Amino acid sequence: MKKFLALLVTACLAFSAFACSAKKAEDDNGLIKVGIINNDPNESGYRTANDKSMKEMFTEENGYDASFAYSLKNDEQIAYAQQFIQDEVDYLLISAAGTSGWDTVLKDAKDAGIQVILFDRTIDADDSLYVASIVSDMAKEGDTAVSWLADQGLDEYNVIHIQGVMGSAAQIGRSGALDKKVADNANWNLVTQQTAEWNADNAQQIVQSVIDSGESFNVIYAENDDMAKGAVAALDAANISHGIGGDVIVMGFDCNSWALAELLAGNWNYDGQCNPFQASYIDAIIKDLEAGKEITEKVVILEEKGFSADSITQADVDQYGI
Amino acid sequence: MTQKVSTKKSGSFLETVVALTRKQFFIPIAALTILVLFNLIMDPSFFAIKLGTNSNGDPVLSGYLITILNNASELVILAIGMTLVTSASGGQDISVGSTIAIAGSVILRILCNRPITVANMLFAFLVAAIVSMIFGAFNGVLVAYFKIQPMIATLILFTAGRSIAAWINNNTLPVINDPTFAYFGNFIPGIPVPTPFFIAAICVIIITLVLKFTTLGLYSQAVGINPSSSRLNGIDPAKVKLITYIILGLCVAVVGLIKVSRISTINYSVVAKDIEMDAILAVALGGNSLGGGKFNMASSIMGAYIIQFLTTTLFKFKVESTALPAYKAIVVIILVVLSAPVVREKMSAFWKKVTSKSAKEAA
Repeated sequence: MKKFLALLVTACLAFSAFACSAKKAEDDNGLIKVGIINNDPNESGYRTANDKSMKEMFTEENGYDASFAYSLKNDEQIAYAQQFIQDEVDYLLISAAGTSGWDTVLKDAKDAGIQVILFDRTIDADDSLYVASIVSDMAKEGDTAVSWLADQGLDEYNVIHIQGVMGSAAQIGRSGALDKKVADNANWNLVTQQTAEWNADNAQQIVQSVIDSGESFNVIYAENDDMAKGAVAALDAANISHGIGGDVIVMGFDCNSWALAELLAGNWNYDGQCNPFQASYIDAIIKDLEAGKEITEKVVILEEKGFSADSITQADVDQYGI
Repeated sequence: MTQKVSTKKSGSFLETVVALTRKQFFIPIAALTILVLFNLIMDPSFFAIKLGTNSNGDPVLSGYLITILNNASELVILAIGMTLVTSASGGQDISVGSTIAIAGSVILRILCNRPITVANMLFAFLVAAIVSMIFGAFNGVLVAYFKIQPMIATLILFTAGRSIAAWINNNTLPVINDPTFAYFGNFIPGIPVPTPFFIAAICVIIITLVLKFTTLGLYSQAVGINPSSSRLNGIDPAKVKLITYIILGLCVAVVGLIKVSRISTINYSVVAKDIEMDAILAVALGGNSLGGGKFNMASSIMGAYIIQFLTTTLFKFKVESTALPAYKAIVVIILVVLSAPVVREKMSAFWKKVTSKSAKEAA
């Protein structure tokens, strides 16, 4: 038995060594070697779409030899980064779980001549340590949504504000715009402002609680699609109409396909995009760098749309739904 | 003469109070009373129940009490399984949230490609139940046969469960649009009481019957109190522990069905998040020892309703988002400290002093 095990282990080692050497040979075939560090794709629909687009872009057909590493923990991500540096990748693409602690490892990368590109999330490090960052502007997402809401021209805005996990970038950005509007305008009121922690169940309970209290409201501003769905479930149970021509305006974020379908059906009013498709931007930057061009824009803000129920089309659902 | 009679009466009244404080369900009942009184004083409309219609025109009851009965259901069902696991193995299963995600994912996976019929839904639930029970058995085997501490053994699925759930559906987010599927988590047309309440009630009835007519309760308490002496008496402790984990697995499948039915979809990372902590808390609030052994199922179930009562109360009073966990923590600290055996002993000693003093004064 022991002998068999030993044999098995040796075989495995030999095979992996062979696999490694095979890979090395490919590198010399002119493939660009990239190490991609991302958050766990199961984290959300956004992350799933993000990971999928990265995997579709960084393929051998497109001239890349890509390795992927996933973690929701900053220290694990940093360990992966160190590993990629030792593997001598050409580019390191990072969606950081946390904003701090990256300085040392990025300096190591720089010393090794590895170009670092940040996507989706920024970090607290000197901007000489990376060549570009491609990010979403969450505050702008909030602004777009709130200005759309202001354009609806209601006499009075009584808003149920359902927040995401407190302190997350998406929550801060999307709450900020609404908070400011409410503070500046007398006819904008927050009926309630609570966190459902991205969770549909909690959102349903929050809205249910407002309905039970008998207070009137005409807007639900949920900071992601799941929570908007939970809120709508509570409205349906209480026979409160929503969507186009309804008593309550329903707003969500993230543009899940099913959420855009709700928009198309007129059950919701607005959905703000959080663009997960950074891969093509990163590809363009790498191509420029390979061609020896200077990168002029260090921070690339992704273009993000807001969809309104009265103008959305099936084509939008197919193209932008995640 | 008349005076003597009256002191005797007050003495016996105090004695009953002392006796009551020693009863296990005193703490949950006291907590519930405090919450009810608080809401009654602050705003009696809390207890109003209205009969209205939902957007399909079907009659539904609404009001805070209905919300509590509705949303506590998942916790009640989990508390049943968690109580048994706690009793037999002297530890808790912290993987229930993740395994709920798995059960929900299985149900959606099966129903997504099939028409929504009663037979298919039953089939989906049965498969989910079997899967959940297998995962429960996995935990149970680690605990019972490999003698790993329950919290460590279940940490494996706690960590991996949500990824497994996502993998079952290839990382997609299935949505079921057929309204029939939503009946389990909402209302059945024509019945104004939310379905989850009925499901929880059925589970409670079943477990009551099981505890009454089988030796499960006796065996799990025996194993929890002293595994070696129960072995000497012909009970296989490992088998009993394993069975409790499998029962919890079944509870998880039921909760998974309610959860995915509520919103007809699933979000692997947040569905039933932190519910394991609430389930453990329900057991603790019920005055059960988390170290295993004796248990009282009714108090655990009461504990589950108290947690939801508290959550709903906090939502009603619009406690600020960031402060919500803090308020909950304070209430929990008070309840748990009050139910600690040391404090309760001190309290009953204090009561005794008061009674003897009043008796002396009367004399």
